[in-house]
Amino acid sequence: MKRQIPMMILSTIGTIFVLAYFSPGLEELEKGGSIFFDVVACFAFFLGGSNLVRVHIQKIARHNPGWGYSIVTLFGFGLMLFIGLFKLGNPLGIAGAPTEPGSWFQIIFQYCVAPLSATMYSLLAFFVASASYRAFRAKNTEATILLVAAFIILLGRTQLGLVMTSWVPDWLSIAQIPNLAVFIMTSPNLAGQRAIMIGIALGVVSMSLRLILGIERSYLGSDS
Amino acid sequence: MGESVIGAWIAAFLTLGILTFLYKDNVIYKISEAIFIGVSAGYWFITLFWDNLYRKFWVVGIEGGQWELWGGIILGVMMLCRLSRKIGWIARWPMSFIIGAVAGLYMMLYFTSNAMVQIRSTISNLTESVNVGDPYYIIGNIVVAAGTFSGLVYFYFSKEHKGVFGATAKVGIWFIMVTFGAAFGYTVMSRMSLLIGRIDFLLSDWLKLIS
Repeated sequence: MKRQIPMMILSTIGTIFVLAYFSPGLEELEKGGSIFFDVVACFAFFLGGSNLVRVHIQKIARHNPGWGYSIVTLFGFGLMLFIGLFKLGNPLGIAGAPTEPGSWFQIIFQYCVAPLSATMYSLLAFFVASASYRAFRAKNTEATILLVAAFIILLGRTQLGLVMTSWVPDWLSIAQIPNLAVFIMTSPNLAGQRAIMIGIALGVVSMSLRLILGIERSYLGSDS
Repeated sequence: MGESVIGAWIAAFLTLGILTFLYKDNVIYKISEAIFIGVSAGYWFITLFWDNLYRKFWVVGIEGGQWELWGGIILGVMMLCRLSRKIGWIARWPMSFIIGAVAGLYMMLYFTSNAMVQIRSTISNLTESVNVGDPYYIIGNIVVAAGTFSGLVYFYFSKEHKGVFGATAKVGIWFIMVTFGAAFGYTVMSRMSLLIGRIDFLLSDWLKLIS
C-alpha cells in the first residue's frame, strides 16, 4: 500500500504525459496537468520554507554554535513573508503585484537580495582563480586542452587579445585570437556541447522509462 | 535622506560584509550571509505564493471554476506530511505525481529537442556546407560532426575503450575538454563582470567617486 500506490500514480501520470505528446485529444489534459503540477510543486517550496524554519528554530532552542545567525535568518525570512503576504507599502495596495515598483517588497529585493546575490557570486571570481591555478597546471593532454581553450576564450573576448595578434596577416585571420575564440565557440565547443546534450537526453529517456515502468524505485526511500 | 540613499548604504554594508570573507571568515560576513539566506528564501516563497498558488489555483481554479485543481491542493497538503515522522510516507503520493509528470514530459521533450534535433542539425549542416562551398564552413562542420560523434563514443561505456574505439573516445574527450574550457572561460568572465558591477556600485552609487 505504501509503495504500490505511489508507483501506480507515477506510472499512470507518466504514461498520460507521454501519450499526450502523440495524441492531439490529450493536449488539453497536458495543459491542465501542467497547472495542476505547478500547484503541487508550489507546496514543495512550502516544505522547503517549513524545513528552513524548523532547522533554525531547533538550532536556536539547542543553543548550537552560531545560533545567533539563525535569529537573523529567521528575522529576514519572517520580514519578507510579512511584507510580501500583506503587500505592505505597495502603491497599488493588496490588488497590486508584490514586485510592483516602489513596494517595500521590491525595495528589499533591490537593496538586499540583488546586491547580496551579486556579491556572493562575484566572490567566486577569486576562488575560481585560486582553484584554476591548482587544477590547470598542464599535467596531461586533457588539462592542457582545457587550459588553452579557456585562455583563448578569455583573451578573445578582451581588447588584449585583439592587440596581441593584430600583426597576423589577413589571409591567416583565423589565427587572430578573437577569430580563434569564435572558431572554438562555433566548432569544437559546439561539438562537445552536442555530445553532452545528446548523452543527457538519452540518459533522461532511459531514466524516465525506468521510473514509468517501475524499475527505478529509489524515490520511495528505503523504509517501508 | 531619501529611500535610495538609505538603500545604497544598506546595500554597501551588505556588499562589503560579503567581501570581508576574502580576508577570513568573520562575524560581519556571517551576518550578511544569514540575511541573504533568510531574505532570499522569503522572496522566492512569496513570489511562488502569488504567482502559482494565487494566480493558478485561486484565479484559475476557484474563480475560473476549474475545481479539479483542488486535487493539486490536496496533493500539496499531503506533501507537507513529510514533516511528520509518523505519516511521512503519505508525501510519497504527491512526489510520485511530480516525478511521473516530469518523467513523462521530459522524456519526449529531451528526446525530440536535445537528441533528434541535435543529430539532425549536425548531419544537415554538414551536407549544406558542401553545397555552400566555403572551405572554413566545410571544415567547421566536419569538426562539429566528428567531435559530436567521438564525444558520443566517449559516453558509450558498454564497450571497453580500446583500439580504434578507444582512440575515437580519446578524441571525444578532447572535444569535451574544449567545451569545459570554454564554459570555464565564460564563467570566469561572468563572475568578473559581477565583481566589476559591485565595485562600480561602491564607487559610483555609494561613494559618488565616479560620476
